[in-house]
Amino acid sequence: MKHLLSINDLSKVEAISVLDTAQELARVSDGPMKKLPTLRGRTIVNLFAEDSTRTRISFEAAAKRLSADVINFSAKGSSISKGESLKDTAQTLQAMGADAVIIRHSASGAAQRLADSKWMSGSVINAGDGTHEHPSQALLDAFTVRKHLSKGGNDLSGLRVAIVGDVLHSRVARSNVLLLSKLGAQVILVAPPTLLPVGVESWPCQISYDLDEIISNVDAIMMLRIQLERMNELYFPNAREYSRYFGLNSDRIRAMKPEAIVMHPGPMNRGLEITADAADGARSVIVEQVANGVSIRMAILYLLLAGNQEHADIGVNL
Amino acid sequence: MTSGRYLLTGLTLPNGDKTDIAISDGKISEIAENLSAAEGATKVDLAGSIALPGLVDLHTHLREPGKEDAETVLSGSMAAAKGGYVAVSAMANTSPVADTAGVVEQVYALGQSAGYVDVFPIGAVTQGLQGENLSEIGAMADSRAKVRVFSDDGRCVFDPLVMRRALEYVKKFDGVIAQHAQDPRLTQGAQMNEGEISSRLGLKGWPAVAEEAIIARDVLLADHVQSRLHICHLTTAGGVEIIRWAKARGINVTAEVTPHHLLLTDESALSYDPIFKVNPPLRTQKDVEALREGLADGTIDIVATDHAPHPAEAKECEWQEAAFGMLGLESALSIINQTMVATGLMNWEAVADRMSYAPARIARYSDHGAAIKVGAVANLTLINPTQTLRVDRDLVASRSRNTPFHGMDLQGSVTATFFKGHPTFLNGKLSAIYEARNPSGGR
Repeated sequence: MKHLLSINDLSKVEAISVLDTAQELARVSDGPMKKLPTLRGRTIVNLFAEDSTRTRISFEAAAKRLSADVINFSAKGSSISKGESLKDTAQTLQAMGADAVIIRHSASGAAQRLADSKWMSGSVINAGDGTHEHPSQALLDAFTVRKHLSKGGNDLSGLRVAIVGDVLHSRVARSNVLLLSKLGAQVILVAPPTLLPVGVESWPCQISYDLDEIISNVDAIMMLRIQLERMNELYFPNAREYSRYFGLNSDRIRAMKPEAIVMHPGPMNRGLEITADAADGARSVIVEQVANGVSIRMAILYLLLAGNQEHADIGVNL
Repeated sequence: MTSGRYLLTGLTLPNGDKTDIAISDGKISEIAENLSAAEGATKVDLAGSIALPGLVDLHTHLREPGKEDAETVLSGSMAAAKGGYVAVSAMANTSPVADTAGVVEQVYALGQSAGYVDVFPIGAVTQGLQGENLSEIGAMADSRAKVRVFSDDGRCVFDPLVMRRALEYVKKFDGVIAQHAQDPRLTQGAQMNEGEISSRLGLKGWPAVAEEAIIARDVLLADHVQSRLHICHLTTAGGVEIIRWAKARGINVTAEVTPHHLLLTDESALSYDPIFKVNPPLRTQKDVEALREGLADGTIDIVATDHAPHPAEAKECEWQEAAFGMLGLESALSIINQTMVATGLMNWEAVADRMSYAPARIARYSDHGAAIKVGAVANLTLINPTQTLRVDRDLVASRSRNTPFHGMDLQGSVTATFFKGHPTFLNGKLSAIYEARNPSGGR
């Protein structure tokens, strides 16, 4: 595998191998010597054409722990903000000898355009493209779910995961539906009908308009961010009504199964889709998701760039 | 006129009759089997070719004035001749917009001096395509360009009162309003057909209803004011149903379909390659089938190319940044052969109707769309339906390269085009009508 553009690029076996690799790498990160020499001499570019803090930092930390040279190329103040085309940016990165480009872009399909074009030859990793996909986020979410809830197997079979909120505009939801269902989990999308895409019935998941109806019956609940600009686009009457029907609050937290966990890809709108006590409560694994993100992104970089070395090599390479 | 004499041999007429055709002084002089060449006549062996009345396109973007990097009247005329066309209709969304007599006369004159096809300008319905005030419709109709078709194509005439007034006003000179049916509110930021594929790709959807609602409204308006309405580039099965219903009620509506909407579907977008980005968008296989059926049974009156050239940078980018539109003139007839004739849905007489007679009739181009008969102006399109056209974007006559058919083998290839008795396209070569009148080439 050369690129990671969509969860569809991964077979179930490959997806599990990313999770397993991340698990091993997490063990290294917990040890006294955090840095591995695996990608020494490789150049990785963080091409963030859209504002992002946590994903960019997470990829940067992952690349640095694998000893890669990291170049950050962010929208603000760069040639992208001056109107440079994706093609010219890609050719520039190619000329600088980038081995991999991690791209975050507001246009759906930007990562695939980069990978399919002849503009550059390195690996392309999709760090979120428009409202299409965010595969590394889904992998870290699956990793988090597996760590907390797996009943011994290496996949997610037997688990029920609800994804709640603005599915229509969510790349996190698209990648998660594909990945969690591939790993055997049952996914339920919960949203007002206005925030579900046309044709969603063909996705490998169930649909509900009623959070209270499903909340007591899921193992994990993933809250999606409601972007503030949606407020004026007629998707729902107002924030209060949205929170009342689709927000996670302490009453709903109490209705959940004893072991069920609460997730959010961040950044959160506290008070809108999630209350502070839900976000910070005992069920919340939101901060842990961030930590797991580094391990997952190390695993992605490792598997894409370190060739066909066996996972067992990780230990040997120390 | 001292244009040459030609003897075209080995042809089949739309009705299936085998024949030769002799051309002299710009007119068809003889139609019969086994003709012998008149003195000085150039004999052209076109064995295997079908002879069609010269094709007329009712929907062409020539980009001049304003976007000469994408196309000019000359380069677009050459692409038209290569595709078998003898007349094209230059859409009004140029810069400046064709909303005054001055602009339409300029475009008309550029077409005459290019000398490959008749270029008939389409006038804007509203000033600057803004959808608010009527443009100088009467002045354009009375100008040397004699405009009869008015369209804000690229934008919908959305205000129902403006649409009503426009429909009424053009009755004065038997004009027609060609509507780009797209509800702007339902398609804000829309990128592709709204459906399973747009949802999967995370590209903003363009629902079929945004097209159908406008068509439904406008056939009712046309009925109410008893005027002529033409629907540009129909793309949905529902739209075909509405037109069928309107025609059954006797409403004076005509409709067009593009070759690309007869061949491609929204699955093309799975590549995220904006070469497939077009307005209106490619729809589903079900829609493609309804469009083919509608064209075959005459619900859809004509094929129009919506030839829309764009410079490379407008397509070498992210999908949502890319321009809408694709080239059409040079591949249109091959696609109609492949999708409609080779499939048995239509015969060549129907092709002659949908691509020559009917468009000329709708636009009132009185010198075009005549049946092939002795004494008629020798506007002829010859196509060999078994010859393959390998589309190569580097070999197009258009100044732009944005064909979605690059690398495809299309079934059927234009072998020659005669415009007023002159071979504008023959043996793979283009030549303007002036080159016959004045071989030294001065123009």
